[in-house]
Amino acid sequence: MRLDAKIPGGPLTEKWDRHRFELKLVNPANKRKYDIIVVGTGLAGGSAAATLAELGYNVKNFCIQDSPRRAHSIAAQGGINAAKNYQNEGDSVWRLFYDTVKGGDFRAREGNVYRLAQVSNNIIDQCVAQGVPFARDYGGLLANRSFGGSQVSRTFYARGQTGQQLLLGAYSSLSRQIALGKVKMFPRREMLDLVVVDGQARGIVVRNLITGETECHEAHAVVLATGGYGNVFFLSTNAMGSNVTAAYRAHKRGALFANPCFTQIHPTCIPVHGDYQSKLTLMSESLRNDGRVWVPKKPGDTRPPHEIPESERDYYLERRYPSFGNLVPRDVASRNAKAQCDEDKGVGDTKLAVYLDFADAIRRDGKDAIEKKYGNLFQMYEKITAQDPYETPMMIYPAVHYTMGGLWVDYNLMSTIPGLFVLGEANFSDHGANRLGASALMQGLADGYFVIPYTIGGYLAGTSFSDVTTDHSAFRDTTNEVAEHVEKLLSIKGKRTVDDFHRELGLTMWDYCGMSRNDEGLEKARKKIQELRGEFWENVLVPGSNNDFNQSLERAGRVADFLEFGELMVIDALARKESCGGHFNEAHQTEENEARRDDENFCHVAAWEYTGDDKEPGLHKEPLVFENVQLTQRSYK
Amino acid sequence: MTTAKTINLELKVWRQKGPKDRGKLEIYDAKEISTDMSFLEMLDVVNEQLTLEGKDPIAFDHDCREGICGMCGTVVNGRAHGPEKGTTLCQLHMRHFSDGDTIVIEPWRARAFKVIKDLAVDRSAFDTLIQAGGYVSVNAGGAQDANCIPIPQEVAEKAMDAAACIGCGACVAACPNASAMLFVSAKVSQLALLPQGKPEAAQRALSMVRTMDELGFGNCTNETECEAECPKEISITNIARLNREFFKAGFFSSVE
Ligand SMILES: Cc1cc2nc3c(=O)[nH]c(=O)nc-3n(C[C@H](O)[C@H](O)[C@H](O)COP(=O)(O)OP(=O)(O)OC[C@H]3O[C@@H](n4cnc5c(N)ncnc54)[C@H](O)[C@@H]3O)c2cc1C
Ligand code: FES
Repeated sequence: MRLDAKIPGGPLTEKWDRHRFELKLVNPANKRKYDIIVVGTGLAGGSAAATLAELGYNVKNFCIQDSPRRAHSIAAQGGINAAKNYQNEGDSVWRLFYDTVKGGDFRAREGNVYRLAQVSNNIIDQCVAQGVPFARDYGGLLANRSFGGSQVSRTFYARGQTGQQLLLGAYSSLSRQIALGKVKMFPRREMLDLVVVDGQARGIVVRNLITGETECHEAHAVVLATGGYGNVFFLSTNAMGSNVTAAYRAHKRGALFANPCFTQIHPTCIPVHGDYQSKLTLMSESLRNDGRVWVPKKPGDTRPPHEIPESERDYYLERRYPSFGNLVPRDVASRNAKAQCDEDKGVGDTKLAVYLDFADAIRRDGKDAIEKKYGNLFQMYEKITAQDPYETPMMIYPAVHYTMGGLWVDYNLMSTIPGLFVLGEANFSDHGANRLGASALMQGLADGYFVIPYTIGGYLAGTSFSDVTTDHSAFRDTTNEVAEHVEKLLSIKGKRTVDDFHRELGLTMWDYCGMSRNDEGLEKARKKIQELRGEFWENVLVPGSNNDFNQSLERAGRVADFLEFGELMVIDALARKESCGGHFNEAHQTEENEARRDDENFCHVAAWEYTGDDKEPGLHKEPLVFENVQLTQRSYK
Repeated sequence: MTTAKTINLELKVWRQKGPKDRGKLEIYDAKEISTDMSFLEMLDVVNEQLTLEGKDPIAFDHDCREGICGMCGTVVNGRAHGPEKGTTLCQLHMRHFSDGDTIVIEPWRARAFKVIKDLAVDRSAFDTLIQAGGYVSVNAGGAQDANCIPIPQEVAEKAMDAAACIGCGACVAACPNASAMLFVSAKVSQLALLPQGKPEAAQRALSMVRTMDELGFGNCTNETECEAECPKEISITNIARLNREFFKAGFFSSVE
């Protein structure tokens, strides 16, 4: 298989315009003849479903939650980037493009990232027009804050609830289209398989989560916007229902999976504090605008923070990276926190935490100003930890947060299965080996509002379709396979619960395929995952039946997929014998312990092909070509 | 975090197989619960136990577990989302309970929200309400530059206060009339405050209030329970604003 990214020719700045001109169009009257399935209602899926319906297509939209408004995007806190340059700091589309490519450690496509930066400004305009209440300055114009990996303030925000407000914006547009009858909404449905007919994606099989029935839906194209797979680690900042199932089952039907080992460990989360814990809570990166990260200089120091004098504190990020200070990119901040804890300088009960201190900011700007910016985050911190961050520094530690890897897509966001498009966190395309803060919201909305509406038209207009209904044998066969899988999960009646397996898988992934990796550990992890998977299919205990609202069964299906997918992550990590961004292989580091890339051998996207259960997956490489930026050792000093 | 201890509790949990079945309170022991756990983590522990005993675990909705998605919510000892002010159930921690406490856990009860199973209810009526007008009619693609219309900071802040609603349904559950006035008013206020929402403000208020009645939500008689139980502390001043929009709308339509 030759991977053709279909990046348009011509100068970088003109690629997207030119491509839009060259794409075939579906004339307005013909759009209503096409049915499109959109799976997911997060920023990517919600915006895509609404916009495609606005254009006139018939859209069917699916989500797991009881309402499209509750997709995981709702939890995004800090903000969304755009190259507006409202602060007059010299920002530009080119700078946002450059920061994103560099932040991703030069493992993303130039063409895609440039387009992302170009449409970033339209996103802000669109959201304001929808009534998104972004923060404003005294003069009534939009306010900005800074995020990591950039030296300009280009992040737009709505208190610490930016994702909520953007999602509710997309949800309102979606609701309008539902009322107009252009979108048919299917909540509490889980996509369990993709239906491929004559090599084209023509439908999906879903489980109705209330009744347990399997339902078939056909369409001319399928759009997956099902989010990231961070929950393979069990503990992450993702919502509980976030999963890899839709993407992984599409992978098994022929969609290549790109860079699965690229995961983002976010530096500022509330540390783990007990084995009953079900998820981790993010403290937005925006806090690093004002919070200072430090540990005691002396290893093993158990004094409470206020007893440690200034001279005995190490503000290690400010010391090591004077020009970016506390605002270095996430991968760098996380690895440094781990390094401090490895040297026994960690704080708190578990010693797996560092301080994030607001005392200086409160002294400088006053408590009110800080409360205005971060009030809800401080409150959330206090609710969880019972400590008041206005009085004592926060304790934070890195946690799994985001996955840069995802289904491989070309410039049109189409996967290797014709007619299957992938948007948002579920695809791999724009963030390389490390995503910069406030760029996921930008990408999700770029894909949904401003990219897919054009590119899907090009596909539909240029493809001939046979008549396919859900009576087609492909639907029947796929439904039977889904039913078999479900029945098997219920029939084992073993001794260990689903969560118990999930927790063990998560620990293995965290220990060996987390913040820092080495070949020996990865080999070990691979074996452990295989064994655990074997045990799962003999000993898992899934209560209840299939004809019911059965949350254990839902989780069992997701964990079964994680148990296969986790191995693919490990295989990918083993194959990438370099360090880049979030993928840190200990054998490949500079003298200053920074990631050392190997551009000669690894300047490519690793896209994996499914070849059968328990078979080695096939590796396909898409070389990355850089014509506009120079590959350098990333420096934030 | 150093103050964690463990407590034992008796739970009385509403169990109901499906919307048409009769439900009843069942008693369970929750043993050695760390006070650092969230309420939902405590339920996880009980569910793991029930599963191992071969019993059906308790169904309850949840997703983000950080108080923003609005998916969780039950009535705890008669209070929507439990005893803490401005807190969703997932953000309620067991340190607010004492050893030996009995906790009664029930689903939202309202005509417009049917029980699906145990503690999970159908809140799709809220989506229907938003579909009735909780949006600005703007298609992607045509928007002007975002800074063309300055919006006074305090107006934007007020709009944000209203927009913070997470759609959990606690207001309906807390209201003796099971009214959705706070939910509707939060959306109407947000959009009526902002210049972008003004052109449709009247129509929106009329349509959303009409739909609220049709869906079987009760009337607002100023009980203010909704504001007291709202985990996001949405203010009832929004209801006053809704009433204003509603009357304005009625007035203008009669002029036409
Ligand atoms: C706590 C937190 C804070 C964050 N803060 C920021 C921030 O400040 N700025 C930023 O840029 N990014 C942030 N991110 C990242 C960002 O929120 C996500 O990457 C982004 O929202 C993902 O959007 P999405 O539309 O791709 O997927 P999601 O929002 O995850 O939506 C997935 C959708 O797919 C549906 N779905 C999934 N599987 C199935 C299935 N099998 N069948 C049917 N439906 C399915 C779900 O129901 C849901 O509707 C944050 C992430 C977290 C965890
Ligand atoms: S689980 Fe999301 S608000 Fe409680």
